[in-house]
Formats: sequence, structure tokens, C-alpha cells
Amino acid sequence: MEKVKCDCGHVNPYGTYLCESCGKPLLDDNQSLADMRYEGVARRSQTYSKSVVDKVWNFFSSVKVGIWIIVLILLASMLGTIFPQEMYIPAGERASTYYEQEYGVLGKLYYQLGLHTMYSSWWYMLLIASLGISLVICSLDRVVPLHRALKTQRVTRHKGFLSRQKLFSKTEKMEEPEKSIEKAEKVLKEKHYRIFKEDGNILAEKGRFARWGPYVNHVGLIIFLIGAMLRFFPEMYIDEHIWVREGEQVVIRGTDGEYFLRNDEFIVELYDEEDERFRESFERTGGNPVVKTFQTSATLLKRINNEGPIGLGTEFEEIMQYDIRVNDPLTFDGYSLYQVDYKLNELSEFTFTLQRNEDSSEEDLSDIQFTVDLFNPELVYEFENGYRVEIFQYFPNFYINDQKEPDTLNRIPDNPRIIFEVFTPEMNPDTDRGELSLVGVQVNEALNGDNNYRIRMIDVDMNHVTALTVRRDRTLPILIVGGVIFMIGLVQGSYWYHRRIWLQNRDGEIWVAGHTNKNWHGLKKDFETITKNTAIPMPLDQTDDWNLIEEVEGVKGKDDSSTSK
Amino acid sequence: MTAVQVSSNFLLLAFFLYLAATIFFAVSITGKRFKNKKGEEKNKSGLLGYISAILAIVASLLYFIFRWIASGHAPVSNMFEYTTFLGICMAIAFAIIYPMYRNNFLGLFTMPIVMLIIAYASMFPRDIQPLIPALQSYWLKIHVITVALGQGILAIGFAAGLLYLIRVIDFSKASKKVRWLEFILFSILSTIAYILLGIGFGAANYEAEFNYINEKGIEAQMVYTMPPLISPHEGERIGEGFDPFLATPAIIRSNDLNTVIWSILGGLILYFGLRLLFRKPIGGAIQPLLKAVNPQTVDELSYRAIAIGFPVFTLGGLIFAMIWAQIAWTRFWGWDPKEVWALITFLFYAAYLHLRLSRGWHGEKSAWLCVIGFALIMFNLIFVNLVIAGLHSYA
Repeated sequence: MEKVKCDCGHVNPYGTYLCESCGKPLLDDNQSLADMRYEGVARRSQTYSKSVVDKVWNFFSSVKVGIWIIVLILLASMLGTIFPQEMYIPAGERASTYYEQEYGVLGKLYYQLGLHTMYSSWWYMLLIASLGISLVICSLDRVVPLHRALKTQRVTRHKGFLSRQKLFSKTEKMEEPEKSIEKAEKVLKEKHYRIFKEDGNILAEKGRFARWGPYVNHVGLIIFLIGAMLRFFPEMYIDEHIWVREGEQVVIRGTDGEYFLRNDEFIVELYDEEDERFRESFERTGGNPVVKTFQTSATLLKRINNEGPIGLGTEFEEIMQYDIRVNDPLTFDGYSLYQVDYKLNELSEFTFTLQRNEDSSEEDLSDIQFTVDLFNPELVYEFENGYRVEIFQYFPNFYINDQKEPDTLNRIPDNPRIIFEVFTPEMNPDTDRGELSLVGVQVNEALNGDNNYRIRMIDVDMNHVTALTVRRDRTLPILIVGGVIFMIGLVQGSYWYHRRIWLQNRDGEIWVAGHTNKNWHGLKKDFETITKNTAIPMPLDQTDDWNLIEEVEGVKGKDDSSTSK
Repeated sequence: MTAVQVSSNFLLLAFFLYLAATIFFAVSITGKRFKNKKGEEKNKSGLLGYISAILAIVASLLYFIFRWIASGHAPVSNMFEYTTFLGICMAIAFAIIYPMYRNNFLGLFTMPIVMLIIAYASMFPRDIQPLIPALQSYWLKIHVITVALGQGILAIGFAAGLLYLIRVIDFSKASKKVRWLEFILFSILSTIAYILLGIGFGAANYEAEFNYINEKGIEAQMVYTMPPLISPHEGERIGEGFDPFLATPAIIRSNDLNTVIWSILGGLILYFGLRLLFRKPIGGAIQPLLKAVNPQTVDELSYRAIAIGFPVFTLGGLIFAMIWAQIAWTRFWGWDPKEVWALITFLFYAAYLHLRLSRGWHGEKSAWLCVIGFALIMFNLIFVNLVIAGLHSYA
């Protein structure tokens, strides 16, 4: 590839459109105005196209391709919101049946196309990855030559450069053009332009750093995307769930048995239905109670001797106490515990006593009282008077299964049923079969014939359960850095504008030209101030073929005719 | 008077001040020629319009402050409060951008849109609702206020884009562009129809009740606030009244659809009424008023509005949103429909900026994009909140 030497002496890379130094158009594009994008520099993508690397580079360096990727992600993202994603369907529902049940044929199609998990699908990931590649290549392809061009730009520019700027004009030969330029310099200095001088010509420049904004924000985005990718490494990301009953102490999942949490108290607070502020709202919604707060007062514990299984000898050290609430997680050692859900009044204990069915006997059984922990029931209860009750079978969440047999759905005591076996002092538990009865809430059935003894429930204890999410996300710092850099770049590129004004003395004529990447209105205002204070004329907007005065007259004419009707 | 009443009164006052601003801006445009004949005397209506707009914003902010005092939390927590605040933010954005360009046409286009948004907001229940635990955070103010401000500034881009399109499109012959632009104006008229019908039937306390079978096959009741044109699934009217011929399937909320049909009918009546009056497309009837608009200036203005609004929206709608989501919902991003639509809005404006800066999409193309962008914002506000269920469905 040959380099191109400009008349001014600067050697430009192959493919340069405007000389990096003096701005002379090197390629003739038959346009009246110069294309100032990226200062007319030569970009790698426009130069090489031989190898596969070049081809890939060229493909991804195109902003057109980048925009297509953005549009594809945009359209794809829409698809995923038609019906809820899998994680938002009601707990316990199976995706394979839920979508069809709820949304019919379209729901089935949605499920079959995998749109219910589309944001983690390979093709969506591929789109995001291509966006990342496009960001890197597009930026590199432009920022390097752009930086060079802005660094090597000369004050004195080629005639062809100036006259092909959007804002341009030149004066007739005038007296003392130097004085006008000097005055303009003062004006521009007051407007915080940086002034560069060469042979009595001026380049006034302001806000060049805004040009780097897009590249800075792209760097931020790339860091953010990398951070989001790291999530797939298990070390970086933990997402666990624990249910803790009041008074219970459990191991915090995901901490390798190092940390424990005790739920000291769980409270739910409702909004006062008498509250005058919300009266109308309560009336409109039918007075359903609205939850104000739910909170777990918890104690965080750390295991001291870190070896061996957890047993009676395990010692704990209390680290801290904290009231965990929504919007106020407990954070320790990189982990966070979030209040996410709760269950009130879950059954926790039943207390029973034993009675004879025919109360003819004088035997006093009132001493026999026992309590069954519904989470971890003891199986045998022995009493001093020789009676013995055993749990024959326990169903925490009772139902009749497909084989028409009693079974339990899970270990949560939502509908507990216990089959007890009662042994009198005369019986031998190893050989004899005791009386069997099935006992639950509002249920008490004899299972093997008529029973002499009856197990009666005398007390029920309930408990609140809190649901907490355990989270550790080591990618957060990377995401924060990426986000901050992105925002800085965005602001830098959006709220500052790169403006340049060229004033040149060409044999007594003053040539005026201006360029900005965004805010032409502001640049014109700066020119107005120059015009007001010097003999330098306002440059003409060469794209503006529109003439205000004529048009106002036109409105007048039309309006007059309409009012006369 | 309680604080709530005070705040409502300020909102009403603000509404009329926005109206005054609209009128002043209209006068500043149509009244120009009178002044011109007298010589170089400047038309002061534009300035009066701007002052009215500022006063309107002050009144709006007083509404905001008093409602905050009354409810004890930032009044941006349900559809009425958020939509109203979006309207206010659009007015604030106008107040920021107007001094840069001194464009009275922008005022003429922005102020009515602000009024329309605020009027639309007032169709939602206006009672003060208690905050659920997930919303009890100082991030509520930070996140929502920033988003509204960003969207308000982006909405100025829409107003300028619309102004540009009506100014430059050739209405003398039928074309796709004319049809689409007329469709936009028709949508605006339908919104007006919805508001007028809502106010009308609301004032008459209209209600029609139905027994029907809902999507789960259970008997339920449904209340219509506008006369039923369509009935719910296996609906039976309770009490006196005309029975509609058409019934809807169970999964459609027929009372909402009924309201939509009424609004479209009302919009059609308004639209064709105006067309009959002007004997040309509505855009074509507005166009002569805009002859004095410099398309290039308006084009740059719409772009500047987007360039200013985009970072604010990104900060509020994505960055602050992610920070709060991490605190309240345990994860910074969860593909909730509202989050996805905020991302879509972000990507859309990102595409707009790249198309404009790198592909040279100026003028008409750029103006169309500004209009579509605003449609996306409205879609995310209304459709995603009310139709697509998600974590953000608070209203």
C-alpha cells in the first residue's frame, strides 16, 4: 500500500480522504462539501481486504453492521416480553404445560421456540457477543487514525479544505486584515477557545475531548459486557435460597458451612386501615390489607472450628445482629442476604394426649402428654406409667397419590397427618401390633378396627417462616467500573461539542470557516460575536438554501387569502 | 384544605397555565405579521408564552411538593403520579431547551403535548396509595425522577420531530408519509377522545355491570365505565340496559377493550370532522402555519434534545435502575418486561445516534426516528404497565 504525500509535505496513509495535516482533499468525491466524519482519515477497514482477519475486521468495523446488530437485539428482546419468562411463571408450574394452558397455541409455540428462556439462549448470547466485538473493532478502527489526524492538524489549511466546510466565507481584499484577526482572537479567547497561530492564521479550537466520548463509553460498555460474562464462572456468582423458621438456626447455603443464620423474630406489619391518607385507596381496592414491612431479626453466626461435620460440639461465634428487610439486605464477607418472601402461621408443633374411648376405667391418663415437632418428629414417646406411643408413619403434606395410597408432597407441614401406634404397658412393642390411628387437623381415624385409646390433639403451635436469598456477586465491581466509565464517556460526548474556527489571511482576504460535530447553532452564535466585534463577516451556511424572509412573506400571503374567505 | 386538595388545585392551575402558554405561543406565530407592518417591533407573545410555561412549571412543582407532603413519599409511585410527572418533566425540558433556540413553534407543539399527558394521567385513579415494601427506598425518588426527566427531554425530540415532519412533508399528494403522519395525528386525537369521553361518562357516573365467566372458568363480575359495545365472555348484563351483540373471548379484558373501541371511534369522529372542515389532511392544514420554521434548526433541535436526554435516560432507566434492582430484588437485571423495554428504548436511541452521526441520517429520517422513539416510551409506560404483567405493575 502506497502512502500518499500531500503538497504540504505530510505523508498520509493509503486511503486518506483529507490530508491529516493541511486538510487538502486527496480523493475527489465530486461533492461540494467535504465529508468531515473522522476527519477524513484512512481507516484500516478501508485499506486492507486480503486475509480472513481483514475480512472479519472489515465486517465488524462497519457502523452499518453495528447498527444492524443493535436493531436485531432490540427486535429479539421484544419477543421475550410477549409472555412471561420461565422464572416469572407461578412457582410449581411446569413450563412444558403452563404456556399452552395459559396462552393456548401461541403459548405452546412460544415454549417450543424456546422464547421462554430466550435471554439465555445461544443465539441471544451470540448477538450480544457480536455487539461486543463490533464495539471493540469499530472503536479501534476509528479512534487511532482520528487521534493522529487531530494531533497533526495544521493551523494553515488548504483552500480546498476551507471552501468545502459547511460554514465558510471569504472577504474581499481588505485593509489590515491582521487587526481583524487579532480582535477575533481576543473574542475567541474570551469564549474559552484554544488558539493556535501560524503565519498570522488562526485555528481556534474548543472541546476536542468531546470527540473521545464515544470511545470512552464503548470501553465502559466492553468492560460491562466482560463483567456480565464472568457470571458464568461459579466462583464469581452464588444465588441460593433459604427458608428459616422463627427460632431456628440454619447453615447459610453457598458459604460452605462457614456461616449460619438464626431467625430471632419475624414480623409483618400492615398499613393501618384507619389511615386517613390512604382511605380512598383502601375503599377503591376493597380494603385488602397492604403489607407495610416484613422483617427478619436475625443473628449471623460463624463456625469456629471449621473441620469435621457439624455436631453437638460445634462452636459458633456471633458476628452480628441485623434486621433484614426488603431494600435493606444484610451484607457480610461479600455475601448478601435479602428478604424476599415469608410464610405466616406455618404449623410447627402438635401436642397430644391419650384418652380411653369408654371412660369407665379409673385409669388416669392425663399425665400422658407429648409434643410432636412437625419438622423433625421424634418417633417414640415413652411414659412413666408404661404407655408408649410410636409414630408409625408421618406425612408432612398429605395427599392421596396416583396409586391411591397416602403420600406426602414435600417436607413442608402444610397438611400434616400422623399414623400413631399406641402400646399399653402390657404389650411388647417388638412383637405386638398396637392400635393404629391416623391423626391430623380435624382428622382422627382408627385404622385397625375399633380402638380403645384415642389420641387427642390439645394444642397447636405455629411459626413464621422467612425466605431469604443468599447472593454473592463478585462481578459487581467490574460492572460498576464499566458503568461509571460508560456514563463518563456518554456525558463527555453528549454535553460538550468539538468546535473549530479557522481564520486565514490569504493575500489580504480573510477566509473564514467553521466546523463542529454537533452543535451548529452554538457555533454560529460564536461567529455572530466575532462579526459583531470585527470586520470579519458571518460565514454562510452552505447547506442552507432556505431563506427566512421570503418564507415569512409566503405565510403572510397565504394567511391573508384564508382570512378573506 | 388538606395538602392533597392544595396539590390538586395547583395541578389544575398548572394545566391552565400550560394552556395560556400554548395560546401565547400560537399568537406569537400567527400574530407576527401585525407587528411586522408597524416596523421592527418585536412580538412579545413568545416571551409571554415562555413566562407562562415557567409559571406553569412552578405550579406543577407545588402540586408535586404538596402531594409529597400529603403522601409521605415521592409522588411517582403509580400511573397517575408517574404520568403526571412525565408531563411536568417534558415542560421542564422545554424550559431548558427553549432559551437555546428561542423557537416559539417548539412551544406551540410542546405545551399541548404536556397538557395531553397530564390530562391522560388524570384518567387513572388519583388516590394516594400506600407503598409496598419493595418501593420503600430512597432509590424510588432517584431512579424514577431521573427516568422521567430523561423521557421528558427525549419527548422534546419527538415534538421537534413532529414539527419538522409537518413542516417538510408534501401533503398535496397522497403518499405513505402522509398516511403515517396522519396516523400519528389520529392517535393524538384518539387520546383526546379518550380523555373527553372519560370525563363525560365519569361526570354522568356511568356504570354498566356484567356477570361473566372469566379465563379460569369462574363466574365473576365486571364493571364498564363506558356504554358496552362488546360484552365479556358469556356476559349477562346486571340491571337495565342494551345488550351488546359481540362477545369477546375470556382472556380479553372486555371492559378495557370497550374503552379502547370508544376512544378509536371518538378519534375517528374528531379526525374526519377536522378533515371535512379543512378539506385536506390535518397535517396539511397545520403546515401553512409552520412556513416560518427553519427545518435545519428544528432538525438540530430534535437531535440536541435526544443527545441531552439520552444520557439522563440511561442513567435513570438503566444504571440507577440496576443499582436499585440489586438492592430490592437481589439482582441488578432480571429480564422483567419493564427492564427489557427500557433496554429496547436505550438500544433504539443508541441506533438513532449512530445512524445520525455515522450514516448521515438527518432531516426526515431522523425526525421519523424521534417519533418512533417516543412511541416506544409511551408503549413502555402504558402497555407494559397495564397489559404485560411484571414486577413493575404497580398501578
